[in-house]
Amino acid sequence: MTPSRVAFAAILAKDLRSELRTLQSLPAMALFAVTAFIIFRFGLDRTSLSGSLASGVLWATLLFAAVLGINRLFVAEREEGGFDAIRLAPIDRSVLFGAKAAALIVYLVALELVAVPIFAIFFLDSATALGPLVAVLLLADLGLAVVGTLISSMAVNSRARDLLVPLVLLPLVVPLMIAASGATEPLLALGGPGYHRFGTWLMVLGLYDLIFALVGWAVFDFLLED
Amino acid sequence: MYGKGLKPLSIATVVAFAVGFSLVFFYAPLDADQGFIQKIFYLHVPLASTALIGFVVGGIFAILHLRTDNNKWDAYSYVAIHISVIFGVGVLITGAIWAKASWGHWWVWDEPTLVSFLIVFLLYCTYYPLRYAIEDRDRQARYASVFAITAGAFVPLNFMAVRAAESLVHPRTFGTVEGGMPGDMWLTFLVCFAGIALLWVTLVSFELTAKRTSGQLSRLRRALDDGGHGGGPGVARRIAPSGAGSR
Repeated sequence: MTPSRVAFAAILAKDLRSELRTLQSLPAMALFAVTAFIIFRFGLDRTSLSGSLASGVLWATLLFAAVLGINRLFVAEREEGGFDAIRLAPIDRSVLFGAKAAALIVYLVALELVAVPIFAIFFLDSATALGPLVAVLLLADLGLAVVGTLISSMAVNSRARDLLVPLVLLPLVVPLMIAASGATEPLLALGGPGYHRFGTWLMVLGLYDLIFALVGWAVFDFLLED
Repeated sequence: MYGKGLKPLSIATVVAFAVGFSLVFFYAPLDADQGFIQKIFYLHVPLASTALIGFVVGGIFAILHLRTDNNKWDAYSYVAIHISVIFGVGVLITGAIWAKASWGHWWVWDEPTLVSFLIVFLLYCTYYPLRYAIEDRDRQARYASVFAITAGAFVPLNFMAVRAAESLVHPRTFGTVEGGMPGDMWLTFLVCFAGIALLWVTLVSFELTAKRTSGQLSRLRRALDDGGHGGGPGVARRIAPSGAGSR
């Protein structure tokens, strides 16, 4: 039995390396996000955003960009027989869940490194809120990653795979989006960042992450059986 | 034998409904603020509670399915969720009627219970496309169970998040109804709740029986077809009732 730590590192490194070589997901996610900002600029007819509008635009864009990456997360495994290889390998199968979720977190952080500064340049008057925003982004990424990995691994083995991810994922992440935008709204308020109920929202985000990480860890085994 | 216990269950449901609705119309007092329309409460709230409990029960059946690998539990989980989704349609319709009558709008975003329920309902609607997009029977059952467990954990979390989103500015509109509800209203509510819960159990039993029967029927048909294509007398003996074979 290969130790889980070694297997985790190997799968994660494999994913990141293949993404770096093929660039299948990340450029598309970043391009999508920037284009979505432009559409919001004209759809809302605003050149600067603050408060709930800003947090809504930011989170809707990040969520839909994340869906693009989540859709493709297991495509290589399915098309190149990676699932069979994992089944054959002497490793704990939940490791695949952890490694894929970690890879997705890396993608999401990379997406946000591009998209959030561009969002700030496009719409925000000052960048002071970006510091505390990092905490919200990281906690939301964790939740998106665990739920996204779970749904993606189911969808990729079905007939309607590109359809299923947005369909099942969006209602599942509604509580995550409620908490994330609830925390972001006062941060991006006009006249400097506010921290109204910031701690409460971070706690909701953390609880969501914890519950779905545990659920995912517990049930992922059953998705790989054949 | 199929359908054992369905008849007493159906009779109990009808009796509970009859008693419940008699209490609603002839015993429970008129609400001081809302008047007659408040009586939809005795239908709406039991429907919603039953549907939510049904979703969670579906998740528990799904855990049993994954633990025992017995497809019976998958059928239970599927039917529990299926009937709860149908109840969910009733919840949203009665909720909209009540909202229109007492607040003047078909939909009220300030009411966290209503909004949470809509989100949960939408999530469970995706159970069907997920399930039927998977061809392999065993895999379909396993994936459906994973979904049912995930969604079952989602139900309480979602209610918490939506309630947190309602800042303390909005008063809880139902506080007066639920908190200070007089005893005769409680009694009526409990009887109605029992009726709706019995209806849920009855419908689940009927659907399960129908599934079992049609499964058995198609097994028998297959066995007969095999027999017709040169299977010989062995098949006929296999499907004959025990004790009848004299060959």
